[in-house]
Amino acid sequence: MNIIEVKNLTRKFKELTAVDNISFYVAEGEVFGFLGPNGAGKSTTIKMLCTLLQPTSGSGRVAGHDIVKEPARVREHIGLVAEKIILYDRLTALENLMFFGSLYHLPKKEIKVRAMKWLKALEMDRWADKLTGTFSTGMKQRVNIARALLTEPEVMFLDEPTLGLDPQTSRSIRDFIQDLHEHGVTVILTTHIMPEADELSDTVAIIDRGKIIAIDTPKNLKLSLNKENATLEDVFLQLTGRDMREETHEEIPSARSGRHMFGGKSRIR
Amino acid sequence: MKNIMRVITDSLRMARKDLLDFARDRMQLVFFIIMPIFMMIMTGFIFPTENSLKDIPLGIANQDTGQMSVTMTQVLTDMKTSNGDHIFTVKTYSDADSIKDAIKSQEIHGGVYIASDFSQMIQQNQQATVSIIPDQSNPQISQILTQLLQQVISGTSTGVAQTKVGEIIKLSAAANPELGQINPATIIQPIQSTIDDLIPGNPNYFQFVAPGIMALIVMMSVMTGLAVSVSREREAGTMDGLLIAPVSRLSIILGKALSQTARGMVQGMVVLLLAILIFGVHVYGNWLIMIVLLFLGVFAFMGIGILVSAVASAQESAMTMMMTFQFPMMFLSGVFFPIQQMPQFMQYISKIIPLTYEATALRKVIVLGAGFTAVWTEILILLIFGVVMLAIAVPTFRRVITR
Repeated sequence: MNIIEVKNLTRKFKELTAVDNISFYVAEGEVFGFLGPNGAGKSTTIKMLCTLLQPTSGSGRVAGHDIVKEPARVREHIGLVAEKIILYDRLTALENLMFFGSLYHLPKKEIKVRAMKWLKALEMDRWADKLTGTFSTGMKQRVNIARALLTEPEVMFLDEPTLGLDPQTSRSIRDFIQDLHEHGVTVILTTHIMPEADELSDTVAIIDRGKIIAIDTPKNLKLSLNKENATLEDVFLQLTGRDMREETHEEIPSARSGRHMFGGKSRIR
Repeated sequence: MKNIMRVITDSLRMARKDLLDFARDRMQLVFFIIMPIFMMIMTGFIFPTENSLKDIPLGIANQDTGQMSVTMTQVLTDMKTSNGDHIFTVKTYSDADSIKDAIKSQEIHGGVYIASDFSQMIQQNQQATVSIIPDQSNPQISQILTQLLQQVISGTSTGVAQTKVGEIIKLSAAANPELGQINPATIIQPIQSTIDDLIPGNPNYFQFVAPGIMALIVMMSVMTGLAVSVSREREAGTMDGLLIAPVSRLSIILGKALSQTARGMVQGMVVLLLAILIFGVHVYGNWLIMIVLLFLGVFAFMGIGILVSAVASAQESAMTMMMTFQFPMMFLSGVFFPIQQMPQFMQYISKIIPLTYEATALRKVIVLGAGFTAVWTEILILLIFGVVMLAIAVPTFRRVITR
C-alpha cells in the first residue's frame, strides 16, 4: 500500500518553478531518501506534503488524505523535523513537548508518558526540566525529534536531521531512524550526506531543478553506473553534474518580503 | 459548538505558552516595566508647569527711590511657587542696558527696569512706566516670565488705583453723600471672574498627559508585541510547528491576541499605578469604565497588529512598519498636545485615528470623572473600528500564513 502518492505536483514562485510536475509513490513503512542539490525543490516538496505550502497545481495524498482538500486530516498523521528546530528556547524540554502534544488534543497524562518515553529513547530524559535554549544543537535536535514523534505519526518527515551535528549525535540519530523503520514508521528523509542516505533508505529519489531524475533502490542506482564499488555519491554526481548550484530563494526572509510585501498566493517560502 | 470550544481551548494554550515564554525573558520583562516609567518621567517633567519653574534668574534695575518701587521689587523677590520655592533669583543692575547685556550673556532670563521718575509720576497723577525686558531666545520661559511680571505690575497698579479712586470718592462725597458708599474696587474692576472647577484643585499637565500615555503604551505594546511575536515565530521556524498541528489558524492568531491583551492590560495598569503613586494623578472616574476602555483600546489595535504580522515576514520589517504607523498616531491623537491646537487638516486626520478616541475617553473618565453616558460614542467608535479591522485582518492572516 502506498502511504504517499504524489501526482504532477508543481509549485511556482513567480518566475521560478521550484517543483516541476513531479509524481512518485512511497510505500508504507519504507525509508524514502529524498536527495538533490541545494535549491532542487526538496524542502518545497516536503512543505507541500506537510500542508505548509499550497501546490500551484497537481495533487498529493498523505496517509489517504488529500493535501489540498483535507489538510487538517493530513496533519493528524504526520510528524515534521524541519530545517529549523521547532522548539521554544525559553521553555524546558518537557514543557515544549507538553505544549506541542496538547495541540493534538491528547490527554495530558498520555502526553507526559509519551514525552518521557521519547526523551528516554533519545537519551534526553535527564534534561527534561532544563530550558531548551541552553542545549547544544545536538541536544535540541533530539528533543525536536521527540516532539515530532509525540503523536506517534505514521509518516515522519526528516529534513536534514543530522545537519550540523557531531559524528556521535549523527550516529545516534541514524540508529534512531533505523529503529523507527523497524517499528513500521514511514520516513521521508532529505540529506546531503550520501552514505547516510545509502545506509538508511529503502528507496532513493534524486530531484534536480524541480524534477525527479531518478528513483530506485540505492543498490539498483549504484549498479546502473556499471562501475566497480560505485557509491551513491558517484550516482548523485553523475546524475546532477559537478556544477555548484546557486540558491536563489528561501534564505533571507526580508528579501522575500521585499518582493512580495503584501503577501498574496505567490509568496516565496 | 464543539469546534468553538476547541478553538477557545487551543488559543488559551497558545496564549499560556506565549506568556510563559515572555515571563522567562528577563530582559524584556525589565524593559516592559522601565519603558512606561521613562515615558512618564519624560513627559511628566520635561514640560514646564508652574511648579517646575523656580529660581529663574531675573534682573532688576531700580533707579527710583520711592517706596512704591521698593515694595514691587520685594514682591518679586518673595514670589513663591505652591511648593514654597522662590520663583525668581533677583540680581540688581544699574540700568536697562546692563540688563540687556546680562540677558545676552545668559546670566538672567529677563529683566525689569524701573525709571528714576517712577514714584514722581505716580505722585503727580501721571502714568508711570515699568519696562519688562524678556529673553527672546527662550520663548517659553519669556512668555511665562512676562505673564508673571505683568501680574505683579498690574497688582501694584490696582493698589495705587484703589488709593487714588478712594481719594476721588471722598472728594465727591462732599458734593453728593450717596457717592461715599461706593467701594473703589467696583469702579476699577466692575466685572469679576470666578472659576468653578469640575474637580477640586488645579490639574497639571501630567494629569492631562497620563491618560493619553496609558492609551499610547497599550497601543504600542499590543501592535508591536503582536507583530514581533508572530514574525519571530516565523523566523525561528516554530510557526511551522503550530501550522502542522491539527489546530485552526484562528486559534493560533487568537492565542497571540490573547497573550498580547494580557500584556497590554498589565502595562496599562503599571502606567496607571506609576501615575498615581509617583506623579500624584488622581482618578476621578469609575475604575470599571476605565478598565473597559483600556480593554477596548487593546481590541481596537489588535486588527492592525495582526495585519502587520501577516504582511511582514521578518521582525525588522514588522518593527519598521509599526513605527511608521505609530509615530504619526502619537502626535496626532492628542496624547501630548491638545487636538484643538493643531491646524485644521491635521484635526481631520486625528479624527480617523482610534488612539484619539481612546485617549479622549480615558481623559474624560480619569480627569473629569465622566460616567458611561459621556464616553459611549468613543466606546462605540473603538468597538466598530476593532471589529472592522479584525474582519479584514483575520482572513488575511489565514490566507497568507499557508502561502
